[in-house]
Amino acid sequence: MFRSREYGGTLANRSFGGAQVSRTFYCRGQTGQQLLLGAYQAMMRQVSTGKVKLFARREMLELVIVDGLARGIVVRNLATGQLETHTADAVVLATGGYGNVYYLSTMAKGSNVTAAWRCARKGALFANPCYTQIHPTCIPVTGDYQSKLTLMSESLRNDGRVWVPSTKGDRRAPDQIPDTERDYYLERRYPSYGNLAPRDISSRAAKERCDAGHGVGDSGLAVFLDFRDAIQRDGEDVVRKKYGNLFHMYNKITAEDPYKQPMRIFPAVHYTMGGLWVDYNLMSNIPGLYVLGEANFSDHGANRLGASALMQGLSDGYFVIPYTIGDHLATTKLEKVLEDHPACLQARKDADDRITKLMGVQGKRSVDSFHRELGLLLWDKCGMARNRSGLEQVIGQIRELRDEYWKDVRVLGSGASLNQSLEKAGRVADFMEFAELLAIDALNREESCGGHFREEYQTSDGEAARNDADYSYVAAWEFQSGGAEPVLHKEPLVFENVKPSTRSYK
Amino acid sequence: MSTDLLNLNLRVWRQAGPNDKGGFRTYRLNGVSTHMSFLEMLDVLNEQLIAQKEEPVEFDHDCREGICGMCSLMINGQAHGPDNATTTCQLHMRRFKDGDTVTIEPWRAAAFPVLRDLVVDRSAFDRIIAEGGFVSVNTGNAPDGNAILVPGVRQEVAMDGAACIGCGACVAACKNASAMLFVSAKVSQLAILPQGHPERSARVINMVAQMDKEGFGSCTNTSECEAACPAEVSVAHIARLNREYLRASIFAET
Repeated sequence: MFRSREYGGTLANRSFGGAQVSRTFYCRGQTGQQLLLGAYQAMMRQVSTGKVKLFARREMLELVIVDGLARGIVVRNLATGQLETHTADAVVLATGGYGNVYYLSTMAKGSNVTAAWRCARKGALFANPCYTQIHPTCIPVTGDYQSKLTLMSESLRNDGRVWVPSTKGDRRAPDQIPDTERDYYLERRYPSYGNLAPRDISSRAAKERCDAGHGVGDSGLAVFLDFRDAIQRDGEDVVRKKYGNLFHMYNKITAEDPYKQPMRIFPAVHYTMGGLWVDYNLMSNIPGLYVLGEANFSDHGANRLGASALMQGLSDGYFVIPYTIGDHLATTKLEKVLEDHPACLQARKDADDRITKLMGVQGKRSVDSFHRELGLLLWDKCGMARNRSGLEQVIGQIRELRDEYWKDVRVLGSGASLNQSLEKAGRVADFMEFAELLAIDALNREESCGGHFREEYQTSDGEAARNDADYSYVAAWEFQSGGAEPVLHKEPLVFENVKPSTRSYK
Repeated sequence: MSTDLLNLNLRVWRQAGPNDKGGFRTYRLNGVSTHMSFLEMLDVLNEQLIAQKEEPVEFDHDCREGICGMCSLMINGQAHGPDNATTTCQLHMRRFKDGDTVTIEPWRAAAFPVLRDLVVDRSAFDRIIAEGGFVSVNTGNAPDGNAILVPGVRQEVAMDGAACIGCGACVAACKNASAMLFVSAKVSQLAILPQGHPERSARVINMVAQMDKEGFGSCTNTSECEAACPAEVSVAHIARLNREYLRASIFAET
């Protein structure tokens, strides 16, 4: 895979949020993309040797459990609408995070919680759903048609300086505002880390300034990320070499030139630390069901730092699963399961019934309109800052919206062909159930910790206040059918050598 | 930032399935904000269609930030629309004028069959990559990154090819529906890097053979592909592929 190199040929590295040393390998401003392409190419090599069989355009709709073991999945062929059953000795989910429950996020539009939630409904525990990461450097929302938020790479904060006008409602063009009237609030509040303060802290600081009336742009929900000083210091060519593609992308979206005027940025949902509960072998509480990557809850605790999703990809996919799945296969008696096994037929019928039910509502509102509404509810009450009364209120609102969804959603066309509305309808139905669990978890956790900030629990200077005595546990939730409250299972966090402390970025 | 609103006529290709003949439908869409992306404009069209109980237009998309290669569309006859170095998802409506008629079609190439409306099947690209668009390193055998030195300048040239997102605009823009730019981006980047050298002969021969088998046309060096490429992949990679192909044909080690 590609990595930027020094002139002498060794790997280049740079600094990232939450770190004060340059220790992160990178590839221009598209590290994640090159990782993806590298992984894709390695996979296609296995496809060519016949070790991997690829089923593109398929979506998992049900997990098949036989004698308590995960033994297969039911998928829908998105190109033809046909349901397919695949039986197996074990199931490995690597289906990503649930950030799109907020509708607007930096995730790809197709990302969803369905595969994980279908497993949760069959008994897999869902852990720490309230830990959601809000990334500080995204392009702000421009209108209610907005479909997606674009991340400006965190690497920009190596050279960009974040500021807002010191005077509330200052509408002058940024280059007309002298340095003495600018508030470089990250450098002011966190002098040692400055613009490279961690994501959650930077995001909350931006929200705090905007809430106080210092935000910029049409909506007042944005702050400046300014490269003026870096360009003066290093020259435009050096800045272009490092960030050219990001500046280009910003220019495409906003029609503004970040070489000449500062970028406007605002926080957006970017990553979800919560996910299906797994043990050290990455197996969920359903034997034979393994969960890897963002889909599980492990590795990042309450907050993920820059570049560490790669670390999880390596540890889960490279160091752990190749060794642990063999143990399950070797030590478990696995009778042959065929597609006509009653459990397979039942799972397939469940998936089919659900499609029929969604198609049958024939209401008035589009799937997207419901999804937007759900996302706004969560963003307002369970986004960057949360409190008890807001969470209690939003749980009720989510339930009402879910009831309305099943009475009034409109899915046109047929289930037996390519139908993107139907695909979205199934995902949003699951988001509607999952959103409630997210809010319940946020309500239960009466402390501020990582990506979860409860306004009632903060220090006098507005920093997160943890409560290790009462909440030093993983909250693993067990789904209950029939609309009953989920059951909380606490997995205590035991620290034998290193004691939890509060890291100061000041 | 001021917001202007556009009223547009959209001529959209509708096709119920792979075997349907298909045809254009014209829709009127009013009040389109110039800040919208092109795909957001289609979202708004679909909301309008759903409200009128007409099935929404199916189109491929995913990341909506220009890096995943899922979005496509011929917009007024140009792959990814009128802007240079821009995917359809990054194209914004400020590029259009009030009263414009915008024609929207799927990628047109025999090797990319239409699945429905504007959605095409690009799995031919996957099959080409499977023929050698990789470096054979087994899990657990990867050498330390610094064990093989790659001069920074050389790495940058290879990286220009690695920037390809595999969207297929090069094929759609080509009058022969040739996939040479896509294939050459991969062949060339791996031929430049030392890690790719051991397999370079087999790679170029096999990938070109698969490209021909998939039914892509021949390259006549028109460079429409380069003009349409959202990742600005240069036709210099095609020249390098041709050199690699010649070299492999004459001096094949395998």
